[in-house]
Amino acid sequence: MTEFLQQLINGVSVGSMYALIALGYTLVYGVLRFINFAHSDVFMVGAFAGMYLGRNLGQASVGGGLLVMLGAMAICAVLGMLIERFAYRPLRDRSKLSVLITAIGMSLFLENAGQLVFGPNPQPFPTTFPSRNFELGLVVVSSKDLVVFGVAVVLLAALQLLVLKTRIGTAMRATAFNPQAAALMGININHVISFTFGLGSALAAAGGILWAYKFPKIDPLMGIAPGLTAFVAAVLGGIGNIPGAALGGLLIGIIETFVKGSRWSTWSEAIAFILLIIILMFRPAGLLGETQPEKV
Amino acid sequence: MLLAVLAAGFSGCKPSAEETAADAQIIKVGEFASLTGSEASFGQSSHDGTLLAVEDINNAGGVLGKKLQLITEDDQSKDGESATAVKKLISRDKVVAILGEVASIRSIEAAQICQQYKVPQISPSSTNPKVTQTGDYIFRVCFIDPFQGTVMAQFAAKTLKAKKVALLTDVGSTYSVGLADFFKAGFIAGGGEIVAEQKFTKDDKDFKAQLTAVKTANPDAIFIPAYYGQVTLIALQARELGITVPLFGGDGWEAPELTEGPGAAEALEGCYFSTHFSPEQDSPKIKQFVAAYQKRFGSVPDAMGALGYDSVLALVDAIKRAGSSDSDKIRDALATVKNLEGVTGITTLDTNRDAQKPAVILEIKGGKFVYKETVNP
Repeated sequence: MTEFLQQLINGVSVGSMYALIALGYTLVYGVLRFINFAHSDVFMVGAFAGMYLGRNLGQASVGGGLLVMLGAMAICAVLGMLIERFAYRPLRDRSKLSVLITAIGMSLFLENAGQLVFGPNPQPFPTTFPSRNFELGLVVVSSKDLVVFGVAVVLLAALQLLVLKTRIGTAMRATAFNPQAAALMGININHVISFTFGLGSALAAAGGILWAYKFPKIDPLMGIAPGLTAFVAAVLGGIGNIPGAALGGLLIGIIETFVKGSRWSTWSEAIAFILLIIILMFRPAGLLGETQPEKV
Repeated sequence: MLLAVLAAGFSGCKPSAEETAADAQIIKVGEFASLTGSEASFGQSSHDGTLLAVEDINNAGGVLGKKLQLITEDDQSKDGESATAVKKLISRDKVVAILGEVASIRSIEAAQICQQYKVPQISPSSTNPKVTQTGDYIFRVCFIDPFQGTVMAQFAAKTLKAKKVALLTDVGSTYSVGLADFFKAGFIAGGGEIVAEQKFTKDDKDFKAQLTAVKTANPDAIFIPAYYGQVTLIALQARELGITVPLFGGDGWEAPELTEGPGAAEALEGCYFSTHFSPEQDSPKIKQFVAAYQKRFGSVPDAMGALGYDSVLALVDAIKRAGSSDSDKIRDALATVKNLEGVTGITTLDTNRDAQKPAVILEIKGGKFVYKETVNP
């Protein structure tokens, strides 16, 4: 029982990070109907931005940690907007495949530029938030788990509010629904799409900082593995759907953890993918996704 | 004009007289190492040791009146890259012998190429038995994992007084899987019990699931035959889960990066690992080597640096006795390397082309590696 609870805590902690990254995929897909493969590399840039900012911080504190996170989120938001402006916007009216290939190219570019700029070797990540352990009976909860979960929940709620209750959120939904009609209604599509990329990239940066805080060795290829898992999580939950991404992330995190803790530990990724296939067979749009009839 | 260009082109194809003369004055030695990437510390140290040895030999007049030229390729710590690097060294640079690598999986990969082209390869510090089993052109100047596993099994039972040990293995690493098996066999033969065996893969960052399962099994110590990058994360997460028992491992732990970063030194305090060399050992040969290395690179050498140095000594000894820089003759001479004094002890290559050398156990204290004991074969 103790082991079960402990694994559940471990799973929720990793899962909430997958959820944060999955949100970025889902957000961009929701508005533009394309998968931004460079997202996992923006996640990496976020971690490195946090590393450089954190080095100047000195003492670890909650305020300092948040400051580093906000700084990295701002840097990545700008990066995300630049990527959209110069790599994706010129191709917006071309076939979806061209944009997809460009996204893969962008991902490789960021990975290799990262190796050049940050160096290819793993580097230690400075402590930004203070950390200690809390023992609840036989279960141990690290403050790292609490911070990761707390930040993920807050960002998720904020995002949901933003999309559903604000003007820009309404504009995002309108653009997602029908870009041409939205433009005719006086919505500046370019601004909305730019904002979406900025928002998604800021979430990736937050994910990157939390990831680095929990696993304090970072390198320019660190985004590949969690990015892939988070992408699966987004599809599992229903890509384009915000609560779906969160649910998918948590689910994958928990399943992965339980499999890793069992005798079949090396099968953890395979089992996540098998699960994806099974769920997609019965719910092709994902757990919370809605199947929309194809427009003719 | 065109004629001039053509003429220049043709003359460029034939080596000029000076070039041939210069070629005759050097012996090309290839080296492949993980200079960047996840095991960069290994590659850097090994390369520094190798380079120092080549410089020492050349300053002392070279071999057979010729200078050694070291040509180094980086395999970026990636599986697959070492085969490419070695092919390049053999076919383009025409090296007479290959030195490298540290990680067993990459040494094996290169060994298949070296064996195919019949170019002798000396691995400075790959300890998995399969490396030299690839073929008769493959040698090494370090001990092998059956020995290292036994040493650590005895250490666990005697010094750590452990009866129950848990294993945490990187299934993607030949080194890790092999060392875990040899440790397990040795520990069970000594009356110990393996209470948990957990596995992970190279890209894993989250080990809490495996560690939670290990914690439930309540071991007296945890054996982690893995490379330093993963060990740091494992140690941090183990302490976060409230696991307080000592962790111990093999020579894959030895890198200054092991205790770098927040909390790493505290998490690994009082942990142990086995390796090939300690700069603190009391021997004039070692003191001289440490001083020379420090003067050249500004840091204290570790086992990978020392073995890199010794791999060059073995090669030079073979070239001298062969009286030739022909690859086949070097191979034959390497097979009979005997009582060669180096910085990691006496090298004698046995019929399996492996060396038998003492192991050194180091303890981690305050983020530093402190000499604990030497175990002779």
